[in-house]
Amino acid sequence: MTDYSPSHAELSAGAPLWLLAELTYRCPLQCPYCSNPLDFAAQDHELTTQEWIDVLHQARAMGAVQMGFSGGEPLVRKDLEELVAEARQLGFYTNLITSGLGLDEARIQALRNAGLDHIQISLQAADSDMAGALAGSSKAHARKLAMARAVKDAGYPMVLNVVLHRHNIDQIDRIIELCVELGADAVELANCQLYGWAHLNRTGLLPSKAQLDAAEAATERWRERLAGEGNDMRLLFVVPDYYAERPKACMGGWGAIFMTVTPDGTVLPCHSARDLPMTFPTVREQALRSIWYDSFAFNRFRGEAWMPAPCRSCDERHKDYGGCRCQAFLLTGDPAATDPVCALSPDHGLIETAREEAAQDVRSVAQLTPRNARESKVFCRA
Amino acid sequence: MNENMIYGLRPGWRLQWEPAQQRHVLLYPEGMVQLNDSAGAILELIDGQRNVADLIAELQQRYPDAPSLGQDVREFLVEAEHKGWIRHD
Ligand code: SF4
Ligand code: SF4
Repeated sequence: MTDYSPSHAELSAGAPLWLLAELTYRCPLQCPYCSNPLDFAAQDHELTTQEWIDVLHQARAMGAVQMGFSGGEPLVRKDLEELVAEARQLGFYTNLITSGLGLDEARIQALRNAGLDHIQISLQAADSDMAGALAGSSKAHARKLAMARAVKDAGYPMVLNVVLHRHNIDQIDRIIELCVELGADAVELANCQLYGWAHLNRTGLLPSKAQLDAAEAATERWRERLAGEGNDMRLLFVVPDYYAERPKACMGGWGAIFMTVTPDGTVLPCHSARDLPMTFPTVREQALRSIWYDSFAFNRFRGEAWMPAPCRSCDERHKDYGGCRCQAFLLTGDPAATDPVCALSPDHGLIETAREEAAQDVRSVAQLTPRNARESKVFCRA
Repeated sequence: MNENMIYGLRPGWRLQWEPAQQRHVLLYPEGMVQLNDSAGAILELIDGQRNVADLIAELQQRYPDAPSLGQDVREFLVEAEHKGWIRHD
């Protein structure tokens, strides 16, 4: 590893506190809302175990302390336990973000021995019919539930993640009930972000305003009920950007606290940044420290100097940093535009149009484009 | 508050000194609380074994000049429990 003395940028930018390690794009499921890049099938040069270990050492030395292992499905990597053990020994708080497929009791134990701190399992729906239609596997749901129980029994804190969209959001009561029964510590009810495969399917995923309001109200009723029962399970409800008045503070700001390393070693300020018309550096060619502090890509939207009007002079720019760059690009074609989700954006009409288009889209789950290698190859060629 | 009460960190949560940040942090699933010096000093002694009385005695020994230390510690524990950082048996 090269030792760098602090550069000018280093004195003004903070350290990356969060490292997301996307170990692989391989995955047995094919969720139509997957945030992986459309051309994932073209990227098959995964980092080796040794390369990942080097990334972990570099990130920890820079001050990163929270880390997630995700993908794709990280359990596909046979060296997962080895990487977890290394990360834990370096002092990371280690989160495994998984579909639950590829997990069994033996592996749960092996991960426990490696020092894994937390397992987050994603559920697609409350029942196996809907979950199967979404993920392209009829057996996956039962397997996920069994694994959620096993994770709990092994003594891990458990966060369940449910991606919401128009096809499952009306099941919210049954979804929460299921999470209570599984003994979750926290549940993320996250309306899907419309990037990657989700953007492709967006008019078939976005719920209606009425669906959204009903789901939020149901969540609030559950919060009161749980509090009354002395159950401290936390319910986090994430509204879809398309129905918000202001954009989210994406990743706490570009290059502020978060970095993702993709399967082939490309380093991104957020996991969907690959959609942007920019070149991102890779750990195969550059030290992580110089990527974070000195690269053009990480400095491109750092701070405020890059901001367009109306953000430039807006009082809220320290709160949301002008919103999401990926969303700005996907919708307006300009990655430096104000996020159109913001009601103050001159492009806000695009969001209104998308909502109207969504209301006209009557496709069933089966008619959405599944995230799989066959469909992906179409995008690799394009 | 009962002085015999024994607190432990919430299961799966971890307290850690971060050299890069020069402070204690409390780590939990996909999140982190950045602690000030006194919160770090108190939480360091919360081990699921010591009761509140011993905890205060230990801190009093380390910081003999701190006024109203017992009161501050008790208030902090109530607050930390309310936030879900610690639990008692
Ligand atoms: S969202 Fe679905 S398809 Fe995409 S990586 Fe996760 S489990 Fe696999
Ligand atoms: S104008 Fe820009 S800074 Fe102001 S609220 Fe909208 S996105 Fe945020």
